[in-house]
Amino acid sequence: MRTPLDQLSVLLLLSAMALYAIAFVAFALDLARRSSEATQLADARAGVRRTTTAASVGGGGTAVLEAAPPAPPLIVSAKRTAARVGVGITIAGFVLHLGADVLRGVAAARVPWANMYEFSMTGTLIMVGLFLLALTRVDLRFLGSIMTGLVLVLLGIATIGFKVPVSPLPPALQSYWLVIHVFVAILGTGFFTLSGAVSAVQLVQSRRERALAAGRPATRLRLLATFPDTNRLENIAYRIAVVGFILWTFTLIAGAIWANHAWGRYWGWDTKEVWTFIIWVIYAGYLHARATRGWRGDGSGWLNLIGYAAVLFNFGVVNVFFHGLHAYSGLSS
Amino acid sequence: MSRPSDFADDGFGDLRGDGPQNPRLGALEWLRWAWRQLTSMRTALLLLLALAVAAVPGSLIPQNSADPNGVINWKASNPGLVGVANALQLFDVYTSAWFSAIYLLLFISLVGCVVPRIAYHLKALRAAPPRTPSRLGRLPAYRSESSPGDPARALDAGERLLRRRRYRVARYGDSLSAERGYLRETGNLLFHAGLVGVLVSVFVGSGFTYTGQRVTVEGETFVNNQSNYDSLSTGRFFTDSTLQPYSLRLDSLTVKYEQQNPAALGEPLDYTARVTTRTPGHEPVHRIIKVNDPLEIGGSAVYLLGNGYAPHITVRNANGSIAFSGSVPFRPQDSNMTSLGVVKAEHTTSQARQIGLVGFLYPTVGKLSTGADTSIFPSLGDPLVSFNVWAGDLGLNGGATQNVYVLDTSRMKQVAARTLANKPIQLTRAQPTATLPDGLGTVHLDGIARYAALDIHHDPSQGWVAGFVVLTVAGLLTSLLVPRRRMWLKVTDDLDGGLRLEYAALARGDDPGLERAVGEFAHEHRRELEAPTPSAERVPAGV
Repeated sequence: MRTPLDQLSVLLLLSAMALYAIAFVAFALDLARRSSEATQLADARAGVRRTTTAASVGGGGTAVLEAAPPAPPLIVSAKRTAARVGVGITIAGFVLHLGADVLRGVAAARVPWANMYEFSMTGTLIMVGLFLLALTRVDLRFLGSIMTGLVLVLLGIATIGFKVPVSPLPPALQSYWLVIHVFVAILGTGFFTLSGAVSAVQLVQSRRERALAAGRPATRLRLLATFPDTNRLENIAYRIAVVGFILWTFTLIAGAIWANHAWGRYWGWDTKEVWTFIIWVIYAGYLHARATRGWRGDGSGWLNLIGYAAVLFNFGVVNVFFHGLHAYSGLSS
Repeated sequence: MSRPSDFADDGFGDLRGDGPQNPRLGALEWLRWAWRQLTSMRTALLLLLALAVAAVPGSLIPQNSADPNGVINWKASNPGLVGVANALQLFDVYTSAWFSAIYLLLFISLVGCVVPRIAYHLKALRAAPPRTPSRLGRLPAYRSESSPGDPARALDAGERLLRRRRYRVARYGDSLSAERGYLRETGNLLFHAGLVGVLVSVFVGSGFTYTGQRVTVEGETFVNNQSNYDSLSTGRFFTDSTLQPYSLRLDSLTVKYEQQNPAALGEPLDYTARVTTRTPGHEPVHRIIKVNDPLEIGGSAVYLLGNGYAPHITVRNANGSIAFSGSVPFRPQDSNMTSLGVVKAEHTTSQARQIGLVGFLYPTVGKLSTGADTSIFPSLGDPLVSFNVWAGDLGLNGGATQNVYVLDTSRMKQVAARTLANKPIQLTRAQPTATLPDGLGTVHLDGIARYAALDIHHDPSQGWVAGFVVLTVAGLLTSLLVPRRRMWLKVTDDLDGGLRLEYAALARGDDPGLERAVGEFAHEHRRELEAPTPSAERVPAGV
């Protein structure tokens, strides 16, 4: 039913998407800025080297030193105006997004995560919220364009592909476990998203570090020089994924308890159960990988991304195309 | 199965230490080598990933356990692949030999890894923290400060502070060595032991379970014994006495459908089954079963998992005698409850002229643009039952059990259908009686009741599984969130007569707060030293 509330919700969501798009551009400008900073940094280093070479060639002539331009400061002041603007606009987008989500819930008179459209809307809201929350503890603004870009794509797919009008809850979903089980799954997905984004950057950074270690100049993607090193990125990704893993464990358990209430068994290898299990096992592997020689670094980074790919597959493909008891996409087949 | 961080593991056990010329390995050594391989972290990780991959096919191909109809359809549409799929146990992936092999190896690896660690941890729990390293400056978190004061007092203050922070402290000469967070490893071991517990209780518990299905029409009574189930699957240790005596009468099944919201018109909103239960020695009790709200009775739980319509049909022979009379559950085919059903009238005047009726129930009938009947709403607004009629031998005398939803037409002849001169017979509320062609007799629609598809489950292992899951989660939380770290304080004489205080820490496992912990310890320690105390020999520095 097209209620006015639902229409307002859609309007707010589209406005939030517009803001995320602007934030994406701002974060991209920041990345471009980082790129030129890194180039300046490299030039500055090279310049110093040139100057000293010239000086030694000139036999200590002061004229050469005077002729050299004043070396730019090696540490470029990191004001990051574009990134600040990006964060500001993302916050504004988050507020509208939150409004859209709440209104959808009010329009349906229940939690706004009972079908794929609502799950996407709440899921991306949590992703943005966790990203903003993480920014208060560690500077992850270099992830800004990845996060806003991903959220935009997911919301785009949701509004085009998954949009369904408000409809009542089928009896199978009329349970307080809908509130617990699905919300914990959404939260876990949010943490996995953030962790996966960090791991993606880690893998690119690792390429650059390998090139540098091999003595090759890392000319491509110079902006990476302004990012944390792989070790730090790996630690950040791990710590976020740990929280995701704990939440995913609760998702599994809450799901099992609910299944026992609704279907008379706590585990039945339903397709959705299978994929929740697969994701759990991959992330368990990821946590172990960091303690296994030969798997630290790139190995664990790839595992994290494989785990996240399974999360996306579980949501986007299993829900829509696989036959199972969790047929709650709200889409008619 | 992470090792303690000071536990070397390179996947090759101790074979590397054997020197350049590897000695010939006897059978025992090979066994030991294989065991070390299996219990190594790297193997465990590969087995975990293999488990994830092995679980995938079961979600792509329908499974006998979760979707038996899907299996039948899959076999029908992929006849060429059935042999391969059967050989690879692809319809029973999660009980297949290869899937079981992976998880059993994983659990053996886990046990082999965890048991030595339990012994190791028990020893560590009783041991004093290790000696202070000679060069603290090399540790990941380090801070050095100078302070006036007395070395013994500085060490005392440090020990007091560390103990207050729940460190275990040992004093080695001019230094303190402290460790905390043993709970991290305890939790890790508990997590893995809990997983073994879950697996064992699921495995043992499956022997005592039973799962049965029963389609119950309104007014019918289900009695809890084997012959009353439509289907019953039981564990290894199941006996007849596992079924506790009780009976359950389905008084009514009420279904509410959405009638206003045009986007969800006809979607079910609520199913309520009212039942009367009787147990020996007790008065009958009226109870309610809903989806998500099963009925607990006789050590089992009764679930409402499906519903449908069961028209009550009476078939009379030409001479007026009854060939069949009863409720026939029809299977819903779509969301508007268009339902398919079969009537087998065997008590005819001659066996060669038995009657089979195959047809649809349309709860609220409407017309498609093609002229075909369809149902436009799932409740009984304007029901129509339409039957194709078959005459001949139903094949019931062979003794083999027949599917009640399928008519074996191999020895029957169709006598009424859309394509024949005799059109299908149609029964409505206004016209509940129809005459069968070829003088076979008449059919009467007596009424339409609802039926509930009830699932009855008994699983005594649930409590055990839940208990082990709680242990597992407790272990997981402590193993991931409790930081384990070593902290050192070394007090030496400074060159200019003061004290040199060195603080250092080492994380065992991931520890984001290590630097902060050293900083806080150093800060509080300095404050303690500078604070005026009655026993202070020197006048403390000004406020």
